[in-house]
Order: sequence, then structure tokens, then C-alpha cells
Amino acid sequence: MVAAIIKEIALQKEYLLGKPLQSVYFGGGTPSLLEIKDLELIFDAIHQHHSLAADAEITLEANPDDLTIQKLKDLSKTAINRLSIGTQSFFEEDLKWMNRAHTSQEAKTCIQAAQDQGFDNLTIDLIYGTPTTTNKMWEQNIQTAIDLNIAHLSCYCLTVEPNTALDHFVKKGIKEAVDEEKSAQQFEILMQQTVEAGYEHYEISNFAKPNCHARHNSNYWLGASYLGLGPSAHSFNGDSRQWNIANNAKYINAIEEGLLPFEKEQLTPDQQYNEYILTALRTKWGCQLQKISTWGLGYEQYFLKTVEPYLKEELIQKNEQTYTLTSKGKLLADRIAMELFI
Amino acid sequence: MKNIRNFCVIAHIDHGKSTLSDRLLEFTQTISERKMQNQALDDMDLERERGITIKSHAIQMYFNHSNGEKYTLNMIDTPGHVDFSYEVSRSIAACEGALLLVDASQGVQAQTISNLYLAIENDLEIIPVLNKVDMESAMIEEMSDQLIDLIGCKKEDIILASGKTGIGIEDILNEVVAKVPAPSGSVDLPLQAVIFDSMFNSYRGIIAYFRIINGTLRKGDKVLFMNTDSQYTADEVGILQMDQVPQKELHAGNVGYIVTGVKVSKEIKVGDTITTVENPAAEAVQGYEDVKPMVFAGIFPIDNDDFEDLRDSLEKLQLNDASLVFEPETSVALGFGFRCGFLGMLHLEIIQERLSREFDQDVITTIPNVSYLAYTTKGAELKVNTPADLPDPTQMDRVDEPWIVAQVITKPEYIGSIMTLAMEKRGSLTNQHYLTPERVELSFDLPLAEIVFDFYDRLKSISRGYASFDYSPKEYRTADLVRLDIKLNGESVDALSALVHRTKAATFGRRICKRLKELLPRQQFQIAIQAAIGGKVVARETISALRKDVTAKCYGGDISRKRKLLEKQKKGKKKMRQIGNVEVPQKAFLQVLKLD
Ligand SMILES: Nc1nc2c(ncn2[C@@H]2O[C@H](COP(=O)(O)OP(=O)(O)OP(=O)(O)O)[C@@H](O)[C@H]2O)c(=O)[nH]1
Ligand SMILES: [Mg+2]
Repeated sequence: MVAAIIKEIALQKEYLLGKPLQSVYFGGGTPSLLEIKDLELIFDAIHQHHSLAADAEITLEANPDDLTIQKLKDLSKTAINRLSIGTQSFFEEDLKWMNRAHTSQEAKTCIQAAQDQGFDNLTIDLIYGTPTTTNKMWEQNIQTAIDLNIAHLSCYCLTVEPNTALDHFVKKGIKEAVDEEKSAQQFEILMQQTVEAGYEHYEISNFAKPNCHARHNSNYWLGASYLGLGPSAHSFNGDSRQWNIANNAKYINAIEEGLLPFEKEQLTPDQQYNEYILTALRTKWGCQLQKISTWGLGYEQYFLKTVEPYLKEELIQKNEQTYTLTSKGKLLADRIAMELFI
Repeated sequence: MKNIRNFCVIAHIDHGKSTLSDRLLEFTQTISERKMQNQALDDMDLERERGITIKSHAIQMYFNHSNGEKYTLNMIDTPGHVDFSYEVSRSIAACEGALLLVDASQGVQAQTISNLYLAIENDLEIIPVLNKVDMESAMIEEMSDQLIDLIGCKKEDIILASGKTGIGIEDILNEVVAKVPAPSGSVDLPLQAVIFDSMFNSYRGIIAYFRIINGTLRKGDKVLFMNTDSQYTADEVGILQMDQVPQKELHAGNVGYIVTGVKVSKEIKVGDTITTVENPAAEAVQGYEDVKPMVFAGIFPIDNDDFEDLRDSLEKLQLNDASLVFEPETSVALGFGFRCGFLGMLHLEIIQERLSREFDQDVITTIPNVSYLAYTTKGAELKVNTPADLPDPTQMDRVDEPWIVAQVITKPEYIGSIMTLAMEKRGSLTNQHYLTPERVELSFDLPLAEIVFDFYDRLKSISRGYASFDYSPKEYRTADLVRLDIKLNGESVDALSALVHRTKAATFGRRICKRLKELLPRQQFQIAIQAAIGGKVVARETISALRKDVTAKCYGGDISRKRKLLEKQKKGKKKMRQIGNVEVPQKAFLQVLKLD
């Protein structure tokens, strides 16, 4: 697999038009299983075929139980300068309910150990809306993260994806479904508590200490180009999206033959507009009228017309030419985006 | 002409008319063995799927009699279900004789009697046939007695037959020749041909089916349709076999079709008389009695832009279903549509299906009601076919509703439960008559509104299928009728209003409110669903406001997935109807009535 990814780096060297890379993200699946030498091989390939900005953000996703002290020590010697730790919760009940392999103590120890190894730029995932999570517990979870002085938080509401084991259990009544009112309350708690602690709520699910925004993820929302490598990885170049096939064996075979096994979707102006609304509205940077006008006057007029009722209901606020969601609006981001769609 | 016989096949539903017709077609070699299939005359997909005849079907056969003569037999297979009785009555009017079939295990049933009376009123020669005698459960003696009682025939007159095994087929044909009178018209008189059915064909235009009473119709004749007073050229005339077979000319007594190239539905009317321009008949033949619809409902296009197409489709469908009536109607909630009259709920269902299958028109149907008569305090009489027509209570003296006489034929053991059902439906027993010790005929007076909806299904289930049912209009009686309005956040939804008896209004209202609660999507605000009579709320449900609607993760691949999902929602939303501040999806209108 590593060999195939390295080969794909070479095959895709034109995709980003030679621009220096601002960020690299090892995520999806369990990239922490990669051995240090594999990581180094990948970096060599990146350097060979692309240019990496000097201050690039390079993140590795890992679960607390994968990050031993030794592993952290080794990682600290690589180019990786940011860790994303899949913490989920600091409560045993929650972790059990979610079928996680780590304990809450392991999570805390791992975070502190990472910081001890010099990883100051940490991000953790926390999940709310889980049936086991009371509002009180959720407040404590956020507080623990604040006390651990974590630079960046990604907080997700539990979602039951169709056709997953969880979905199956919920449908059978073995597990409780997500309570909408409770998850709304916990989202409100989250917004208030993080802002009070000095985090900026810069995207629906993301909170950062000053200058600690995830540069990588922000680029998704700002419509920047990105190249995804490996099975299922998605890439975007401004007006088309493509994604590699999901099957590992087929992916490796194709790459070995020098082929890029992807499907591609060319976005129409309407689709580009819709994606812009969907993503930009979720961020503090908001929808920019100037950007919308690049699709044409018709789009600008349509936007102004459709956004009007939301300004009135105070779900969207306007600052000069920038439109962002209010706290109230953030609870209904999807609904509002849909209404603004072409 | 002396060698022509025109007859129809009539019976209670499922007594084997179409199957017996198959054997007649086979015996006379009208249909080749290769093309033979069960109920060959049921050529509509809907008929084949449901196993019932919906339309009468005329067909010409040739029969070589043992006396050496060759006879032309025009047969019409008719439907048995009550909702299609208009098809039967027009078929009867085109014939001189009728085969009255009785299933040898089921015996005389409600529509056996009603169709028989219809045939007698039209002076048809009745040939009684005890059918399905092949069945083990056949009770030939007992059922023969029933038939003798009913028609007053002799035992020897009854033909024993089976459409399954072919028993009695030749007997039937001989009897038709012997007993059914030859047509009585004259070839020398001016042309008079009565249109009894028609259909629309997108290539050939309208095709009209007729029976010639007098005169001759030739290909190329200039013809006059007497009631619509329009003239055409007979581009093609012919006879109806398994396919349409063109002919040079057709004479009095015969049945056939004509193609004139007319494509405008309004120009051809079932019941009209065709004559020639050159030698016109002095007068038109008396047409058919107007159809009396039993149930009315609004039919609206799903997309408002399709209104004209829907009109066109209804007109074309009407050509082939003379029992359908409609007039334009507007609804605040649904826009422009039509108030349509039907002979019953099955008829309504079939119309909806045919619109969808044959014309690609998917429609929304509103809550059906019967036709009421309202009297205002000023003494005016108003016909109320739709809830909106009901006058304001302050200006209304009273409302009368139609009542019917219902005949139920059943086994004595079910009398009790059938009476209970009739009571629940506000009915009263007027007569009880034992046909045999094992069969009883019950007569009830019942409000029409109570029986058109679920009476028949309930009757069948409480009697385990051992009850047949027929009804005819009787009179109007004063009713405690109210209009039940459905409100969404205080705004009335006219398309969901219903005319109901006061004692049933609250229950009905609760059912609709509950159903709407399941069907309406949650919105950013709370939605109050209320059922109200006048200003008084009789049922309510609340849909809570949408509190949270936001995806947690939106990275790389999530973006296009999410966009597609929201684009789909947006598309659905565009089709929603706006009632005040509430958005109502089409499917809510479609499904709210499927109450059970
Ligand atoms: N055993 C037996 N079954 C028969 C006979 N004739 C018809 N059937 C069955 O009875 C059912 C109804 O037959 P149809 O010929 O469709 O009856 P129908 O009177 O035309 O029905 P409608 O047109 O809907 O009123 C079918 O399942 C036939 O197979 C018969 O002579 N013997
Ligand atoms: Mg039939």
C-alpha cells in the first residue's frame, strides 16, 4: 500500500499545478499504524515531486491507544508537527457506548505525553449527543479539554450513519436514538463554553485557540485545491471533484500498472455555487458577495433574494459584504444552505 | 339481416362472463388458438392485473349453424362490478338478447338481479345459463330452482355450461340463434347509427363504436353527427373482430366502428346518432340516460403547469369511459383542477390509474363526497358537489343527502352482523325475504355517503364473502351535515375539507390530523394541525419546531455527498404547496386519504 501511495504521488505530480503545499494530512483509517520508515519514504516522495511550504501544517490522525510514548518520541523526529487524537470523550460510559478501544485515562495520559514530546499543536475529537452523555458530563468534557490546554477542538454530534452497526442497533431498539433536543442543548453549551475559554468557533464543528485553526481543513471550506492519495481519497481542483476507488486491491493493481483509478465529477456553475454556499456558510469567513458575483450577476441577485428572510429571522447576519450564520442559525446550517441552493 | 344476432353477456361479478366468452370465440374460430389467452376480451392491462372486466367489449363472430345457415353474432362481454353498470346499460341498449350467467356454486346474487331487470326493461330476450357446472361445489338443482324463481323460465330453458371445460357452448349458440330476435331495422331507411362507445387513438384520432338501427354506412360517406351537429367523412368503417376489420359498407342491424380523423374529444359523444349528409334521418335515436355520478372528488395535477394537459387527458379518457364527468374547479391549496364525478370508489381508483398509465398524468385526488342539496334561508336550492359549495351555516336552512335502497343477499347466519353494520351506517332494515331457506334478501334504506366508502369491503369481511350487494338511489332526506375544515397554523386547507355527518366529524377529524402529523415535514417553527367545524376545533395535533439540522462533519468527500443530498431536498421542496407559512409536500395530499 505504501509503495502504491508513493507511486500515486509521482503520478499525480501535475494535479496541484506545482504550487507549494500548505498542509499535509494523514487521516482516514488508521494512519498511525504507519511505521516511521514508511512515513519517511512518503515525505521523500512528496519532496521529490511537489514542493512543501516551509511552515506547512503536517497532521497525523491517531487513536489514543496507538500513541505509546515510544511512538510519540519517534513521531516527534519526523516532519509531523500536529497530532489529531481521536479522544471522543473523557467518560468511560460514553467510550463504552461508542465501542472505543481506549479508556478515558489513556486519553488524558496520551494527550499529556504528546505535549511532553513537544506536540503543542494538538487537536482532539469530542462527541456529544450520545445517549450516555448528560449535559453535565458534556460540560466536563469540554472543561477537561480546556484544562489540558488543547489548541484545537473538533466537536461532532453523534450521527447514526445508514447501514452501520449503530444504525442497525438503533433500528432494532437495542440502542437509543439521538435526542434532537439534547444534542441542540449540548451544541449551545459547546458554543458558549469554548468561546468563554478563548476559542474561536470558526467552523460549525471546529474551535481553535488564536492562530491554531486547522489550515488543512480550512482549505476544504475555502474552496482551495487539494490532492487526496490512497483508496477512496477525494481530490478537488476548483471545478471538478474526483475520488479513487475504495477497494484496496483494485487500487494497488491499477497504480502498479501506472493508472489512476478515480471517478470524476465536473461541477456545473450551479453545483459550484451550491457547494460554496454549503461550505462557506459553515465558517466564520462566511459567504462573500464578491465571490458569488464571480458566477455572474444572476447568482448574486438570487443570493440576495433568498438570503433576505434569514436576515430578518436573525439566522444569518451580514457584515459589509459577508454573510455568516448567527448562533441560532448554526443549529440549522443544513436547512438554511438547502434553502439558499439554486 | 335475418341472420344477424346481437346479444350481451351479463352476470354478477366473477360469475364467468369473460371466460365463457373465450369459449364462444374459440368455437366460432374468431380467435386463433395461437392468440388465445384467458379472458381474451379483457385487453386492458388493468383488467388483466385485477382479474376483472372494466369495459364492455363488443366482438363479431360467425356461426355455422347445423341448419346450414351462417349467422353473424355480435356479442358484448360486460363488466360485473356495480361501479361499471353504465357500461352494462349501454351494452344492453345495443342488443336484442342477453345471456344471463349464474355461477352454479354461488347462485343468484345482487347484480344478477339488477342486471336482469335492466335487460327486461329493454325488452331483451333472456337466455339463462348456469355456469361453472364443472366445479365440485356446483349445486345444479338448487341453483336452477333459484333461476326459475327469478325469471319464471322452464327448467329446460336453462343451459348448463362451463367456460372452463367448454360444456354447453354449442347449445348457447344454437339458443341465441333460435331465441334472440333478428334486428328489426330497415336497410332502405336513412342511416341511423347509435354510438355506444369510443376511444382515442393518437394516430387515427377518435374511433367510435356504433350499432346501425336503420340504413347503410359506406366508406367515404359524408356523415353527420346529429347531436353535436358536425360533419365528417367516413375515412374508414369496419367490423370489430379481435382486430378492427375495414369494410366497404355496413348495414342495419350490424355493429361496427368508424374513423373520421376527428381528434377533438368534444366532437364525439357516446349516445349520439350518425346519419348521412346526403340522406339524413328525420331524427336522432334517443340517446342514453345521463349517468348519475355517486361520488365526487377533486382531481388536480401535481404540477400546476399540467392543468391543460390534464384537461386534455380527461377528455380523451371520457371518450372511453362515458361514466366519467368533470368540470373545472379551483383550490387555494392545489390550484386549478377538476371536480369529477364517479360511479363509486373503484371507479375513482381506476380513473386515477388510467390517467397515470395511459396519459402519464399523476394526480392528487381530494376527499370524495356524495352530492348534497342545500336550501338557503331564502328558499334557493343549491347542488353541493364539493365542500366549498356548502353555504354558510347562517344562510342555510337545511341540507338534504341522497339515500339509497340496498339489497343484500346472504346466508341467514350473517343477518345479525349485517344489521349491526347497517345501523352503524345510519341505515334501517325495510324488508327481509327468504329466497330459499338458505338464502335471504335484506333491504335497507341507507345514506349513500355511508356506503360508497367502505361499506362493501366491510360487508364482504363480516360475511366471509357470502353477501352480495346492490343499490339504487331512492330519495333525499335532511341530514345533519357539517363541513370539516383542516387548518395548518390557522390557515384552512381547502383541498382537505370534507363534508361529514356531525356524529362522525370528530373521529374523522382526529384521523386526518394524526395522519398529517406523520406526513408533514418538520419546519423551523411549530405547526398546529387542527380540524374544525365552523369556529370550533374538534381535533388537534402539533408538530414541534425543527430544533437542529446540521451535519457534524464536512470535509473532502463529505462535501459533494452533502450537496447532492441537499439538492435533492431542494428539488422536493420546489414541489411543495405553500399553505400560509407551512410547506406541504404533494405526498401529504396523496396519502392523507389512505387512512387505514
Ligand atoms: N371452475 C370454473 N371456473 C371458472 C369458470 N368460468 C370462470 N371461472 C373462473 O372464475 C373467475 C372469474 O372469471 P371471469 O371470466 O373473469 O368472470 P367475469 O364474470 O368476466 O368477471 P367480471 O367481468 O369482473 O365481472 C376466474 O378465476 C375464472 O378462471 C368455469 O366455468 N369453471
Ligand atoms: Mg369479465
